[in-house]
Amino acid sequence: MNAEPVHTTGSLRNRLAFTLIGGAAVLTLLFYFVIRNYATQIAQKGQDSILQASVTSVLDAAAIRNGVVEIDIPYAAFSMLGTPTDDRVFYAIYQDGALLSGYDALQPALLETDTDTVFQTRTFMETSVRQVTASRPLVGVESRTRITASIAQTQDSLAGTLSRISRNAALFGAGFFALAVLLSVWATSTTISPLKRLADSVGRRGPQDLSAVAKPVPTEMVPLVSSLNSLMARLEKSLKQSEDFIAEAAHRVRTPIATVRSHAEMTLQRVDKEDNRQALRSMIRAIDETSRAAGQLLDHAMITFRASQHEFQDVDLLQTTEETVLRLTPIADMKDVQLNLKGDHAVTVSGDPILIQSVVRNLIDNALKYAPGESIIDIEVCDNPVPLIEVRDQGPGFPLDEMDTLTDRFTRGRNASDTIGSGLGLTIARDVADAHGGKLVISNNATGGACVTLSF
Amino acid sequence: MKFLLIEDNRELAQAITTRMQLDGHVIDHATTNAEALAFSSSGDYDLILLDIMLPDGDGRDFLQLHRDSRKDTPIIVLTARSQVSDRVSMLDLGADDYITKPFDHAELQARCRAVLRRHAGSAQTVIKLGNVEFNPVAGHVTVGGSILKLRNRELRLLELLINSPGQVFSKQKLFDRLFSYEDDASENAIEVYIGRLRKHLEPSSLTITTLRGMGYRLDER
Repeated sequence: MNAEPVHTTGSLRNRLAFTLIGGAAVLTLLFYFVIRNYATQIAQKGQDSILQASVTSVLDAAAIRNGVVEIDIPYAAFSMLGTPTDDRVFYAIYQDGALLSGYDALQPALLETDTDTVFQTRTFMETSVRQVTASRPLVGVESRTRITASIAQTQDSLAGTLSRISRNAALFGAGFFALAVLLSVWATSTTISPLKRLADSVGRRGPQDLSAVAKPVPTEMVPLVSSLNSLMARLEKSLKQSEDFIAEAAHRVRTPIATVRSHAEMTLQRVDKEDNRQALRSMIRAIDETSRAAGQLLDHAMITFRASQHEFQDVDLLQTTEETVLRLTPIADMKDVQLNLKGDHAVTVSGDPILIQSVVRNLIDNALKYAPGESIIDIEVCDNPVPLIEVRDQGPGFPLDEMDTLTDRFTRGRNASDTIGSGLGLTIARDVADAHGGKLVISNNATGGACVTLSF
Repeated sequence: MKFLLIEDNRELAQAITTRMQLDGHVIDHATTNAEALAFSSSGDYDLILLDIMLPDGDGRDFLQLHRDSRKDTPIIVLTARSQVSDRVSMLDLGADDYITKPFDHAELQARCRAVLRRHAGSAQTVIKLGNVEFNPVAGHVTVGGSILKLRNRELRLLELLINSPGQVFSKQKLFDRLFSYEDDASENAIEVYIGRLRKHLEPSSLTITTLRGMGYRLDER
């Protein structure tokens, strides 16, 4: 049975995984930039405090001697700025706006107050430098002047430190991201797995298993499982009703027919006039035909119903045939027909036992119907080359020109006009064969009589 | 043979009883489960015919109770339910055979005989007339101790005649009893079987007389 294709709106698992992984990616980037920014600030602060110390010590060294400004720049003022990467240091000292010493091009920043210290990052001599500018009033005996000093340092060391920190932050971020991806995948699978387990357990069920899902499920799945359970309960009820209906219909039809038949038969015992007897006999035949037709119609309905259920199991074809032969022997005896069963070992087929029993009965029943009195019906069960049952009678056989249509519903052979039957026997056999992927072949024996072979 | 018939449809029960009595059987008739249990506990029956749908419950309950009480009286179930669905459960519950309504009385008799034959342990009646001994259940006939091989219809014909020696049976009556309505044989087929039986009985002390226009009669020579 092929299920209808299901329309999908993407995968829950993917959606959940992408959300989690996307979230992790955003977090990782955020983390990276925050760390980097923070590290930059700290590194900058370190450089700034050294620069400040340096500029302060330069300014402290300034003094007025003999009315002239003298600055004896202490060695430490520049040595404290030493870095492993040999950053270059520039300086410029101004007295009231006039350059005293250093690089002319190193313009000091504008100071708003006397005690202000200004840090700035700028480009000087085509490299990026950090520059500090500070000033100090210098008071002499008669003069009052202002010394402004700027010290700039290239940022190679800082950049190196920053790039190390960035690399570490990136590595750490990547690790965090990888871990987050793993966790997301794990979390997604764990979340989805009850759904998958439910689908598996429903999918693995046999077609007859309509019991409610009993395994505990997460709260979120309760509505789904409840509606699934209620759907299955309704389905089971409806299937049960179909089966009951077929059985009940048979009962309702057969009981009154049985009563009519008994009446006719009892009347026949009392009637002597030949015309009346003939009429009563025809009546009984008609009744038998009605009941057989009703029976076979209902059998057919039951077979169609069961064939769609695929409740297959291993069935021993030989044993089923033996039981059927045993059951039909009293009827065969009435006509002095001998049922000859040939088969010496179990022949296992996979199928519905009730259907197989029904088809075997129909085949032998059919042969019994057409077999003349005091004849032999040969039944053979073997599994060479495939499991099969073959029934041969010594009756009139099938009319050659009707072979193709005989297994159609309600079609009976020309020969059958005198024999009670509804024309469903071979149809039932063919339907059962179809349900089991088997084949029904009808032919005539070389010595006369019909031969029906059902192979699985 | 003593049969218990459990069937709530009185007309059907009447018909079955009449036919069974014609064959020389004694029939007790119960219409409910309760009645059936009363009968089966007080009487000793050779065979029980059980309708599966009874007014006071399912005949399967009787079947179950009967088997639980360890009685081995064979039971044939009469059912009007679908042939496919019910059979297995009834045979599982311990019925020996079943027959689907409506049925041919000839088939019911054939099934009764087959079931009784399988329960051969129960007492078997042997009819003796002259030097002929006839066991209707086993289908054995001996003439002066040597076995006669008869076909089924010949046996049934002999059974009819030997049960009422001296009585005249019309051709019609014999035909009704021997042939099912499915057979399209004519009543003249009876002549063929009478002829065969006469030939089989030649070495015996029994003879079949033809009474023109009336029928046949079995006499002791």
